[in-house]
Amino acid sequence: MTPASGLTEFVRDAIDLQVQVDAIALGAVFALMAVGIGLVFGVMRLVNFAYGQLIMAGAFALAFASDHDWPVGVGIALCFAVVLALSLAMERVVFRPLRGQSAAVMLIATFAVAFLLQSIALLWFGPLGKTATSLVALNRPVSVGGVDIRKITIVAIVTAVVCLLLLVALLNRTSIGLHMRATAIDAQTARLLGVRANLVSTVSVLIAGALAAVVAVMLTVQFPTVTPTFALQETILVLAGVVVGGMTRLLSATLGGFLIGYVSGLLGGALPSSQSQYLPSFLFGLVILVLLVRPDGLFTRGRGLVERV
Amino acid sequence: MRARRAAVELLAPVALVVAAGLVGTVVSQTTQIYFVTALISVATVVAIYVFVGNSGVLSFGHISFFAVGVWAAGVLSIPEQEKPATMPYLFDFLSSTTVGNVPSLLVAAAVGGVFALLVGLPLMRLSGLAAGIATFAVLGITNNILRYYEKIGPGLNTFSSVPETTDLLQATVGALLVVVAAFAYQRSRLGRQLRATREDPAAARAVGVSIYRQRLASFALSGFLAGFAGGLYIHFIPINVDAVYLDLTFITLAMLVIGGSTSLWGAVIGALFVSALDSVLAEMEDGMTLLGRTIDVPSGSRIVVVSAVMALVLILRPSGLTGGREFSLASLGRLRPAEAK
Repeated sequence: MTPASGLTEFVRDAIDLQVQVDAIALGAVFALMAVGIGLVFGVMRLVNFAYGQLIMAGAFALAFASDHDWPVGVGIALCFAVVLALSLAMERVVFRPLRGQSAAVMLIATFAVAFLLQSIALLWFGPLGKTATSLVALNRPVSVGGVDIRKITIVAIVTAVVCLLLLVALLNRTSIGLHMRATAIDAQTARLLGVRANLVSTVSVLIAGALAAVVAVMLTVQFPTVTPTFALQETILVLAGVVVGGMTRLLSATLGGFLIGYVSGLLGGALPSSQSQYLPSFLFGLVILVLLVRPDGLFTRGRGLVERV
Repeated sequence: MRARRAAVELLAPVALVVAAGLVGTVVSQTTQIYFVTALISVATVVAIYVFVGNSGVLSFGHISFFAVGVWAAGVLSIPEQEKPATMPYLFDFLSSTTVGNVPSLLVAAAVGGVFALLVGLPLMRLSGLAAGIATFAVLGITNNILRYYEKIGPGLNTFSSVPETTDLLQATVGALLVVVAAFAYQRSRLGRQLRATREDPAAARAVGVSIYRQRLASFALSGFLAGFAGGLYIHFIPINVDAVYLDLTFITLAMLVIGGSTSLWGAVIGALFVSALDSVLAEMEDGMTLLGRTIDVPSGSRIVVVSAVMALVLILRPSGLTGGREFSLASLGRLRPAEAK
């Protein structure tokens, strides 16, 4: 195969409708994760590396429910309960005492939490994990205009859009949303003006947790085998995407998350299999390139502040 | 007085490493393995400290330099007739070359250093979160390539037939070399300039320090030492690509942060403390007898305890066990040295 024909083949695969829809669906799920990470970062200036382990815990809850043949609704409720309880505990035990510490200390602390949760899961469920089968019916395709689209891709896109709209409404139309935005802009001034820091951080962690539970449901449909490293690779990519997009604003972080999901879906669907094993290298290489050109993020305006004497 | 304090700052970590080496000689053969592991951890963590501690910039990428050190030393020191078994697709010049113990360690260090220099050339312009994510990306790329590119190593296979030359003596000497190099660097003109940029970037620039150059020099030295530590490791235990990825990154960063990331003393203390904890837990997983009672914990609980301890130390003492300070005799007189500012 000559390089030229390889390239045309790549482009043909990349503009294929099937690949496009799958890539957009993956981007939508990644965007939800990006919102979860970006929201907590905005309010607390904390990069939550343990976000993926929240999703992993939710996925195990779903697997547990399907193991016991509980109805789908109960499984999803259990998933939300587990993830929300864990998020709350994380906020009280780890995030809150670390408020005001340097970003590096907080990042490494959440690194520790991530490994703690992952190793607990390993002790509890073993390296092979469990299977969540109650929702696999969503993997069946429906035919839309001659293209076979799996139901889950439609569900994922619709859910992501609904979640994002709800979040925008919450942030712009409610007083707690106003408090969260105020804290994100200037935490100290917001506190002086009577914003309750603890309440705001609790609410943002809970919203991020709810999004993690949603993502857990979506991901278990596509990848029913739940292991202790479930969603780990995805979280790393989303973190990279969020930084690439620009952490300082929720919108740019979300776009960054969507973008990296979309690109990885596209490359995964269009790269020939001999090269697709190097997909992570391509993605990480892109991440480094973008960071070098725009260290403050692709979708941010202006230059970052540089302290001058 | 200053010379004496400097001597104490160097001798304390050196004495600790030598002590670990000496205690290792009197214990049983199986327990000795823990001491060798701990000493290699000291070398690795101090290597990371040279960059992260002195510059204050977080790097998740150092295990890449460790990993290329493992690959370089491992591939080059497997006997020629053994190579086709685990590494059939090797480049010709790699499959036809075999070197001894010391040369392979030097090559490992050189490869680590050159790799770090090349990676650092673009990356050292970044700082903060962007630097953290970019170094993470380097780790991801390195792991991905080592995993699948079988012309430069065993790919997914485990290294086998690497001569096991890293015994207690070699591990002790190796750890000492790294500690002395780190000390010499941080006392040098370069090291002091870099530490100045850590404390106050704006002031450091104002007196003419190039943040980029200082970070790059430190990154390359750090990669050189990490590659060396990787060479020591592959001469001790046969491993595969999964052993040099996220888990090792986590545990080495944990050691550095638990000890106190801004001092050499902290790096050594952290590495030895976490290694000791890890070894005791490993023994407990196999069932350990202590004071007539058998303690038995489920296997896999090591990482649970280590990560819980790490989170606790960060919450209670964000600057680490040593408070990020070098060892000094004066601090022994006080009850709680880290409290004194």
